[in-house]
Amino acid sequence: MPQTLFDKIWEAHVVRDFGEGWALLHIDRNIVHDLSGPPSFKELLERKLPVRNPELSFATPDHAVSTARGRSGESFPMGAKLYGALKKASGLAGIRFFDIGEEGHGIVHVMGPELGIVLPGATLVCGDSHSCTNGGLGALAFGIGSSESSHVLATQTLRQKKPRQMRILFEGKPGAGVSPKDIILYALARLGVGAAVGCALEFAGEVIREMPIEGRLTVCNLSVEFGAKYSLVAPDETTFAYLKGRPYAPKGALYDEAVSAWRALFTDQGASFDREEVIDLSSIAPMVSWGTSPGQTIAVDAAVPDPADARDEATRASYAAALDYMGLKAGMPISEAPIDWVFIGSCANARLSDLREAASIAKGRRVAKGVTAWVVPGSESVRRAAQAEGLDRIFLDAGFEWRESGCSMCVAANGERVPPKARIVSTTNRNFVGRQGPGARTHLASPATAAASAILGRIADPRKLA
Amino acid sequence: MNMEPFTQVRGIAAPLMATNIDTDVIIRIERLADMSRGNLAKYAFEALRYSPEGAENPSFILNQPAFRGSPILVAGANFGCGSSREGAVSALLALGIRCVISSSFGDIFYGNCFQNGLLPAVVSEEALASLARESSSSQKPTTVDLVRRIVISPEGVEIPFAIDALRRQALLEGLDDIGLTLKSSSEIDAWQAEDRKRRPWIWTQTMGTKEGLA
Repeated sequence: MPQTLFDKIWEAHVVRDFGEGWALLHIDRNIVHDLSGPPSFKELLERKLPVRNPELSFATPDHAVSTARGRSGESFPMGAKLYGALKKASGLAGIRFFDIGEEGHGIVHVMGPELGIVLPGATLVCGDSHSCTNGGLGALAFGIGSSESSHVLATQTLRQKKPRQMRILFEGKPGAGVSPKDIILYALARLGVGAAVGCALEFAGEVIREMPIEGRLTVCNLSVEFGAKYSLVAPDETTFAYLKGRPYAPKGALYDEAVSAWRALFTDQGASFDREEVIDLSSIAPMVSWGTSPGQTIAVDAAVPDPADARDEATRASYAAALDYMGLKAGMPISEAPIDWVFIGSCANARLSDLREAASIAKGRRVAKGVTAWVVPGSESVRRAAQAEGLDRIFLDAGFEWRESGCSMCVAANGERVPPKARIVSTTNRNFVGRQGPGARTHLASPATAAASAILGRIADPRKLA
Repeated sequence: MNMEPFTQVRGIAAPLMATNIDTDVIIRIERLADMSRGNLAKYAFEALRYSPEGAENPSFILNQPAFRGSPILVAGANFGCGSSREGAVSALLALGIRCVISSSFGDIFYGNCFQNGLLPAVVSEEALASLARESSSSQKPTTVDLVRRIVISPEGVEIPFAIDALRRQALLEGLDDIGLTLKSSSEIDAWQAEDRKRRPWIWTQTMGTKEGLA
């Protein structure tokens, strides 16, 4: 019987079948960070349980650490305890801890792929909903809470129910200035944030096949905003080439052996999905969110929707509440909204290709007066690579702040927040009420759109500055 | 951990019918960065419950006298979407909420509920709308009965809700997943031994030491 990619990976990890779709799944990789890790370790300690397979877990502090230049793990006082607890517990358990300032440190979903910790066909968990990012390499990766994280540390398995499956096929070549972020924001606007609740999502089609790995990671990053805990892209030559030579990826003969196994990881012809969508990208524009949910997104050259045009009463109410929170008027062109902040960073868009995209717009220009613009590289390695090619200089000369790696203002767990009512164009994945700080008004966009907006002091179409 | 078994909850149900209520709105991450977590009840839904100046927002449902302390929430679709923070469930429990009824839930939040003894009850959209209507207008309590897998609305209408048998059993008995799985240790051992042969690359490159980077 033809199988989906998801079926194949799932089946290969069943330690025990409980029936009715439930299984005890083996977890090949576990990444712990400073927010989710300490409570999980604490539970093990209280129960006097050892970490079963420390060699399959990796740790790094990203959420509650400062990203100021010259920071230490303790610079943000509230995070200092978490940092210390993660470092200590990892050390005791024999789990590799990537500390501040060393290569390998970074946002969990940036450092994982970059080190080759994430491998095709592997299962991976992390106490963070954007773990689905790693599906861009063909790993079955998903976010869990701290109780499930304790379960993984203690048993290297999880009790999971097989989800429904959905596939999105991207077709039609997008125009210049349209990035992977725009593609996934467009899909969210088209299908809505509840489209994949309870589903594993596979992204496929010509556009995905031609997309570099970093773009696939961005696309998969936002799959959880559809409600999909898991997302996948079938691994291919692009994937194998990306992984070759990475520190934790197999090497030599073992690499060849792995690649030949990975070549079987695709959805068979005729395999069935619970839902399939085809999305044509040939005429899409750069996208920007206007509301307080990632699906409340429009083209950067479009007008803010009018609640009066909403399809039902509930949508009308949610549009009106979003406009009120965002301080926008129905019908106004979104590009007329003046901005106060720009944030280029996060597990959605802080890899080297993202920084290059933003720098190409910022080069030789100046951040508009009154705008505070930050660039927060996704990892120590990204920071070093960007500096080696002079991207930091381009940003600094243009008036951006160039910072250290971490989650920073995406989730504002480290005291780095957007002030109340300030308007920010952010390359992150969530524009929820209060996400970037109480009262913060977030507009999700691509790195190019964020950089263009910083330069013009309002929400801007990057194609006009290309 | 061992949880308090869940069999039935009865009380005034509070309708909070906005769709896509995310876990950032349920509890801000910064409130969880403080490891002591003693004040979660105060901070649950803070963006909705308080004005920017810190005064209570009288229009928020859980601030209204009739619904203060409700043990049941009747919530709009996709409740608990967003972040995986388990603190969202802890914050609801700290507020005294033992059951959330909705037509759908964020997947990770849904799983986290069962780890903490909070029942997420899935009902049809029609049933949800009628429960929300009845809860707004009636002063009578709602009952959620996990044994019978039904919600009894304020007006006495019995509404079935969906839940997997495994999950229902674990909640009813307050079972501990880790304890259960540890009983399968030898099965895990055998699986891993086999896997080391089948996929050696999963096992040999991960040394958990600095040399891994060399």
